[in-house]
Amino acid sequence: MTVSETPTLPELDQTGWQPVCALRHLAPERGAAALLGGHQVALFRLVDDRVLAVDQHDPFSDAFVISRGIVGSRWVDDVEVPTVASPMYKQVFDLTTGRCLDTVGKVPVRDLPADLRSFPVRVVEGVVEVDVPVAP
Amino acid sequence: MNSRHLVVVGGGMVAQRLVEALRDRDTAGAWRITVLAEEPRRPYDRVALTSYFSGRKPEELELGDPALWDDPLVTLVRDDAVTAVDRATRTVTAASGRTYVYDHLVLATGSYAWVPPTEGADLPGVFVYRTVDDVAALRGYVEKLQQDLVRPVRGAVLGGGLLGLEAAGALHALGAQATVLQVGSHLMDTQLDLGGGEALRRLINTIGVGVRVNAMTVKIRPHRRGGVGRLDLADGGRVDADVVVVAAGVRPRDELARAAGLEVGPRGGVVVDDTCVSSDRDVSAVGEVACIQGACIGLVAPGYAMAEVTADRLLGGAAEFPGADTATKLKLAGVDVASFGDAFGRTEGALELVWADPVAGVYKKLVMSDDARTLLGGVLVGDASAYASLRPMLGRELPGDPAAFLLPEGGGGGLPDLELPDDAGVCSCNNVSAGTIRGAVTEHGCTDVGAVKACTKAGTSCGSCLPLVKKLVTTELSKQGITVSNALCEHFALSRAQLYDAVRISGVRSFTEVVERFGTRAEGRGCDICKPAVASILATTAPAHVLEGERAALQDTNDHVMANLQKDGSYSVVPRIPGGEVTPEGLIAIGEVAKDFGLYTKITGGQRIDLFGARIDQLPVIWQRLVDAGFESGHAYGKSLRTVKSCVGSTWCRFGVQDSVALAVLLELRYRGLRSPHKLKMGVSGCARECAEARGKDVGVIATDKGWNVYVGGNGGFTPKHAVLLAEDLSTEDLIRTIDRFLLYYIRTADRLQRTAPWLEDLEGGVDALRGVVIDDTLGIAADLDAQMAQHVDTYEDEWRATLEDPEKLRRFASFVNAPATPDPSLAYVPERGQARPATADERDAALRGEPVLVAGTTLEVRA
Repeated sequence: MTVSETPTLPELDQTGWQPVCALRHLAPERGAAALLGGHQVALFRLVDDRVLAVDQHDPFSDAFVISRGIVGSRWVDDVEVPTVASPMYKQVFDLTTGRCLDTVGKVPVRDLPADLRSFPVRVVEGVVEVDVPVAP
Repeated sequence: MNSRHLVVVGGGMVAQRLVEALRDRDTAGAWRITVLAEEPRRPYDRVALTSYFSGRKPEELELGDPALWDDPLVTLVRDDAVTAVDRATRTVTAASGRTYVYDHLVLATGSYAWVPPTEGADLPGVFVYRTVDDVAALRGYVEKLQQDLVRPVRGAVLGGGLLGLEAAGALHALGAQATVLQVGSHLMDTQLDLGGGEALRRLINTIGVGVRVNAMTVKIRPHRRGGVGRLDLADGGRVDADVVVVAAGVRPRDELARAAGLEVGPRGGVVVDDTCVSSDRDVSAVGEVACIQGACIGLVAPGYAMAEVTADRLLGGAAEFPGADTATKLKLAGVDVASFGDAFGRTEGALELVWADPVAGVYKKLVMSDDARTLLGGVLVGDASAYASLRPMLGRELPGDPAAFLLPEGGGGGLPDLELPDDAGVCSCNNVSAGTIRGAVTEHGCTDVGAVKACTKAGTSCGSCLPLVKKLVTTELSKQGITVSNALCEHFALSRAQLYDAVRISGVRSFTEVVERFGTRAEGRGCDICKPAVASILATTAPAHVLEGERAALQDTNDHVMANLQKDGSYSVVPRIPGGEVTPEGLIAIGEVAKDFGLYTKITGGQRIDLFGARIDQLPVIWQRLVDAGFESGHAYGKSLRTVKSCVGSTWCRFGVQDSVALAVLLELRYRGLRSPHKLKMGVSGCARECAEARGKDVGVIATDKGWNVYVGGNGGFTPKHAVLLAEDLSTEDLIRTIDRFLLYYIRTADRLQRTAPWLEDLEGGVDALRGVVIDDTLGIAADLDAQMAQHVDTYEDEWRATLEDPEKLRRFASFVNAPATPDPSLAYVPERGQARPATADERDAALRGEPVLVAGTTLEVRA
């Protein structure tokens, strides 16, 4: 049994945009994890086909699970902000900035920052590219 | 101090209100009041007269605080009808011969029931329906007949208006067969349009009251034994009747006013101006006897308004009658009916929005302005819960889709949120505005509906506005941080139960449609609260695979990958083992899967096996093996049926009286995959020893010698609760039907993440009401629930098998979108008691420092 067709692992070019996958391989309003130079990134495709990227690591559970959260939106300062809720303890993060909007009364493990990092994403001719800094 | 003397003729509801209002405001004691009542009792609630049949005593119908009549400034004279008014000497004379000199006189004599001049209308057994005495006489007559006759007593009611239906309900409650004869084309034709009248007729029929329309009675014939026997209709038809109630309308009791030379209207009634003063400045008239703005009004709310105006004027105020609010809401023989504003759509360009569900017995119509924005009126039959919210919005723009107000409600009560303007009237009986109610909370410190009622009188008369009062109070309180609303989340103002009905009735199938129709913002994309709730609702209203189309985006990760997320980001897998019955081959297959994938294995409390430590990318491979071995999804990840636990039952057990395992297997296979507000657990015990601990389950079945007892609403967990008995000694077929209905009624009406125990606790009427719904079909929804369960059983498929057959769905299980075959490098395990467990943070750090800690990925070399 095969899980799915296998895109080739991208050439690591850690100083610039890295192609990750075809846009059509991302399900709308769901996340997908990507492995970029040893770093785990969570990619999210929104209903309007915008793609956003934040850390896959969840600072509240110490597990790499953010891509498996529920994508939604929240009304913040008169703007509809796209969000993801961690599947583990349901903290809500702003997908555009990675900012933690709701800690659900918990604190991150090992004094980690509550916010996720966000990464620039662009779609070039149907291919999703992420600008990841040199190995974190 | 020298008080002036107010004499009130009549001791009805409006008189009571006048005295109450005057004593409330006249703190200086400017007026002393004498009330002259013809009836031998204190003012009572004539609107609730019918409740006299359901066991209430006349005293319980009394209005207001009885202390009012102990007030030294108030004198109530009962059982003494006024016979004359002499305006020249400002004196009234009563039947007893006593006279009273007034400074101001108020006529509150009300009306009398009009009896058409039909031949035979004076026969014994012909009644009217106006006073407690009328009702008592009717009851006595019917009860006497019931002793004399072997067959049921047949009653006929002449008139299909409000009062006629009240009377028919009363006859029905007395155990008589009741038939309503309506002269017009449909019931309640003053308030309802034809569609509403027809819906009402069907509902009245279903409770056993007959209705004939276009039925004009021309003659009432006597029976041989005396009393009435038969009615002859104008169309030649005949109706047998042992008792007849005439409810053909009321006429104002203006005889005193006529004799005193006061101006009366062309159709009767004391003509008064907007201050309720008659053609004599010293005489006012209020209530049904007053002809105000050209008409007498037979409703209590306008009468109360007149009482308030008069009280105000007596104290030098400038109040004027605001115009009659003829909006009506009532419960007739258990059927909700409401009519308000322009119910017939007579406004030019008016648009009518109609929702009619003859099966559920609901007819709702909103009359909107030509741009479909402003509410002009409406008719609600069968479900009038929207009335309290809608009536104050008359003449105002409704927010959002007006159709939302027509959709039926779940158990909860409440409607799309309306921010009522402060000046909008909420309680028309007592003329209380939204602002006054808000003020009671914000300024007078009221913290619950009871306090607000006491403070403002809102909802203390007919009570129909109480849902709205409650909502306003809740809203104000929550603004102060005191309570929470039952809205699902920021994306939906509806509760889960309301959203369920909205989705079910509207037939929408996707989240986008649900948000657009029922969400707070069309551009909102939901959250981790509402999305799984909508997914769960759609699962039973429009069944489809959990990963079908847009639905995949609604699922929590557990439902999305059909496994249970564990603390390190790996998942656990639970194949279904119906009833806990498993073959040795099945056990070996599970064991081999666990062994090959290095999964930690544990027996669950639900008599099955949980396999821990599976990576997301391993799930399809693991499940291919399990499906090949004949297993299917156990839905351990879903808010859905988990397991049906059973004892071994009569097959092996020396004490068992029924085959509990066979029943458990049957139930588990029937309800597998049924999505619900929370997880569902069941149990079946083969005898009263209860080894399956069935009473700790949402549904527990215990065998008896005669069949099955079924208990509902139990759970373990944080607040353990024993299930309560729902029905006894059921056959298997009846048992299944009962459980079917119970489950779906719960699924339709429970709040999000509310298990059956708290749901049952909140359910109005408790287990008795539940029994009514699922066994006696009191809501008339049983057939609908049965059909919905049949659909579930028919459309069930193993969602894991379906997933394995669909490459698109399998793509979701990649560990990394750009490296689907690479395992998550962060997962690490250590051995413990012969199996793997997630490594702790310290153990990982130690391994990174090169210390001798045995840490491995999930491929578990530790086992080798």
